[in-house]
Amino acid sequence: MNSAYEKYFRQDRLPHIWCPGCGNGIVLSAFARAMEELNIDQDKTVVVSGIGCSSRATTYVDFNTLHTTHGRALAFATGVKLANPELNVFVFMGDGDSSAIGGNHLIHASRRNIDITAIIIDNNIYGMTGGQYSPLTPTGKKATTAPYGMVERNFDLCELVKGAGATFVARGTVYHAKQLTDLIVAGAKNKGFSVIEAVSQCPISYGRRNKMKNALEMINWQKEHAVNVKAAQKMNPEQLKDKFLIGELYRAEAPEYTAEYDKLIERVQKGGK
Amino acid sequence: MFEKWDIRLSGTGGQGLILGGIILASAAVKDGFNAVQSQSYGPEARGGASKAEVIISNQEIFYPKIANANTLLAMSQQAYDKYCVDITEDATIIIDSTLVKNIGADKAKKRFIIPITELAKKETGREMTANIVALGAIVGITKVVSEEAIKEAVLERIPAGTEEMNMKALNAGMKAGQELLQTMAS
Amino acid sequence: MNKKVMQGNEACAHGALAAGVRFFGGYPITPSTEVAEVMAKELPKVGGKFIQMEDEIASMAAVIGASLTGKKVLTATSGPGFSLKQENLGYACLTEVPCVVVNVQRGGPSTGLPTSPAQSDVMQAKWGTHGDHPIIVISPSTVKECYTLTVRAVNLAEKYMTPVVFLMDEVIGHLREPIDFDEVKDLEVVDRKKPDVSPEEYVSYAAGEDGIPVLAPFGTGYRYHVTGLTHDEQGFSTMAPPVVARMNQRLMDKIDNNLDDIITFESENLEDADVVLVAYGSSARSAKEAMRWLNAADQNVGLFRPITIWPFPEKEIRKIAGNVKAIVVPEMNMGQLKLEIERAAAGLTKVIGVNKVDGEPITPEEIINAVKGVL
Repeated sequence: MNSAYEKYFRQDRLPHIWCPGCGNGIVLSAFARAMEELNIDQDKTVVVSGIGCSSRATTYVDFNTLHTTHGRALAFATGVKLANPELNVFVFMGDGDSSAIGGNHLIHASRRNIDITAIIIDNNIYGMTGGQYSPLTPTGKKATTAPYGMVERNFDLCELVKGAGATFVARGTVYHAKQLTDLIVAGAKNKGFSVIEAVSQCPISYGRRNKMKNALEMINWQKEHAVNVKAAQKMNPEQLKDKFLIGELYRAEAPEYTAEYDKLIERVQKGGK
Repeated sequence: MFEKWDIRLSGTGGQGLILGGIILASAAVKDGFNAVQSQSYGPEARGGASKAEVIISNQEIFYPKIANANTLLAMSQQAYDKYCVDITEDATIIIDSTLVKNIGADKAKKRFIIPITELAKKETGREMTANIVALGAIVGITKVVSEEAIKEAVLERIPAGTEEMNMKALNAGMKAGQELLQTMAS
Repeated sequence: MNKKVMQGNEACAHGALAAGVRFFGGYPITPSTEVAEVMAKELPKVGGKFIQMEDEIASMAAVIGASLTGKKVLTATSGPGFSLKQENLGYACLTEVPCVVVNVQRGGPSTGLPTSPAQSDVMQAKWGTHGDHPIIVISPSTVKECYTLTVRAVNLAEKYMTPVVFLMDEVIGHLREPIDFDEVKDLEVVDRKKPDVSPEEYVSYAAGEDGIPVLAPFGTGYRYHVTGLTHDEQGFSTMAPPVVARMNQRLMDKIDNNLDDIITFESENLEDADVVLVAYGSSARSAKEAMRWLNAADQNVGLFRPITIWPFPEKEIRKIAGNVKAIVVPEMNMGQLKLEIERAAAGLTKVIGVNKVDGEPITPEEIINAVKGVL
């Protein structure tokens, strides 16, 4: 941990601005450990983010970093990757960032199967602006803009990107931090669009309003409600009620967009149509 | 001497009149003239009213649109009814009698009535070459560009493999135009 | 002589390729789509990349991302798409990422008149995104200029590390006229500066004396941070008032200190003119035609055509205003650049608009009538 911490964080930008008990720091550590395991070339790696608590990640990690506009991280990242496919591209997004304002880009990055690894920190809420509901706030839960409980249905983000064409889909949690590292490594190795939903906690803007007093309680909730996808195969629907799956949920083979475009260039330059 | 041609090609979307305009402008440039081509159209690509305009001049052309055409091609009844009212007695009007049945609303003395679409079908078996037949007729009647230039310009802008068909269409139009011109002169 | 009859939109795309543009991200919209179509066909031939993004916002984002890898980039749009691009256009202004945004103006507001011309995005081009920021806006009047000025737009973007808006209109975009390619084959092409220090010494937003930062392409060993938050010289967000003030001022200064290089215009018959027509884009063609007829009738009428609309050629207008009975401004909007001309004229002369928003271009007759009302 120490070597990853020293190598992949911008020491002069720490401490971070995240609240006490926030899960973002744990996700970012898992990311740094994954980078260490991949022995990644920092000069050839771009980390992109949108807007919100998650997006501050790009300030702290020592790569080519691009902190963009709300919801648009994947669209910027698509430009980076297509313009120079040699670069490794990672994207940090939040749940509102990726599935509400940026939902369209998430769908189309999945459809293109562009070789980008997206880490979506899901804390069920807009934290930076003080706790408004997102498309991932569970129905019935409270937010400043859902004072009587969330009326809308919430997304299953992993099912969404799977349906849209992503070729690696996984979910982890802050509690299962070692597994989260492994999932990021596996996502990065997939030549295509990879999505890792990192279930995190926001004690300040979400927990307090929803009968979870502190981070510990929230992390315990993750521990009690997460079921590994392999273990789930041996469980019946009654046992799986109120649980969510973690681990590698889906993997598929499909042509990768930037490689296909390079083939197109080759074909056109040879005089093909 | 200041010389300026304001040519309006009018008809229906899908007849290839914009391509016709582009070819005419290209031919004029080959002859050493200045030329601009523009069009106006609605949202539909097929079936709606379509208009292509070509200005050819031996001076620099600034304003690129035509107020009153001195040469008008009408390839639909709707286009004829709409644009024939703008033209003066001195203007030349060329009417496709296959498609325009009610003729007479214009004041033009130089009125040339040619069954352009029918001619296209007869000569090439394809109605879609009517735009090229029309170009031939315009050149045959007005001599606005040289025969060499229009041939070269047609060949540059049509799909490969259709050269023979389009040359047939162009020649048929030129012949029909020239014959009509001689008949009217005599 | 090597003349080709070409459409304005096509010429713009070919100009971009000649300037070295190797990435295009766009979204189809009338009347600009031909720019995308030519780029889709031509870019792979030169090893460049074309992508049709999922929307206008994404296409603006993609070109900025691509530009940060060192590529010259361009996107093309029209009215509604230009509105959607504004947030990320502001991002490019603040982060100083070179890019060219082509806007082929059509009738508005909203969906408006998709196939008809307008010049009603003149103010939006400057003020469309929030916050104070510099921008360069260039307007072509001929098909040849669609080519040559696109090259210039790319050059200015690369030189000043800024977005440049290439403000066309439907008339010019769809007009076909000849370009002599022998006349445009040796245009100057400018590439953005590369760092001349080691990665250890490199400070991304510490601009040199010219006030223009040097942003190293991603992947070349210079790791730095780019953010849409107001940032310091190191590129990291800051709220410290003196730093915020300093960075915002530099952003404006890099353009304001180089007006003589950035501003170009065409003028004719300004000496002894009683009335000067100030017009740009396709309306300038109507104005030239009107001037030709008026001059033939021995009227002293001149023409000033701003090619660079923003920054506005204020100094030149002030000078004209001191010497004429009136300035007549034909534009296909309700009087947008007229406001700026009035400001620059500072009451020295009358400024009369010839305005039209019915989807038709302004005719020379309409301009002549306005001039006759003054003379």
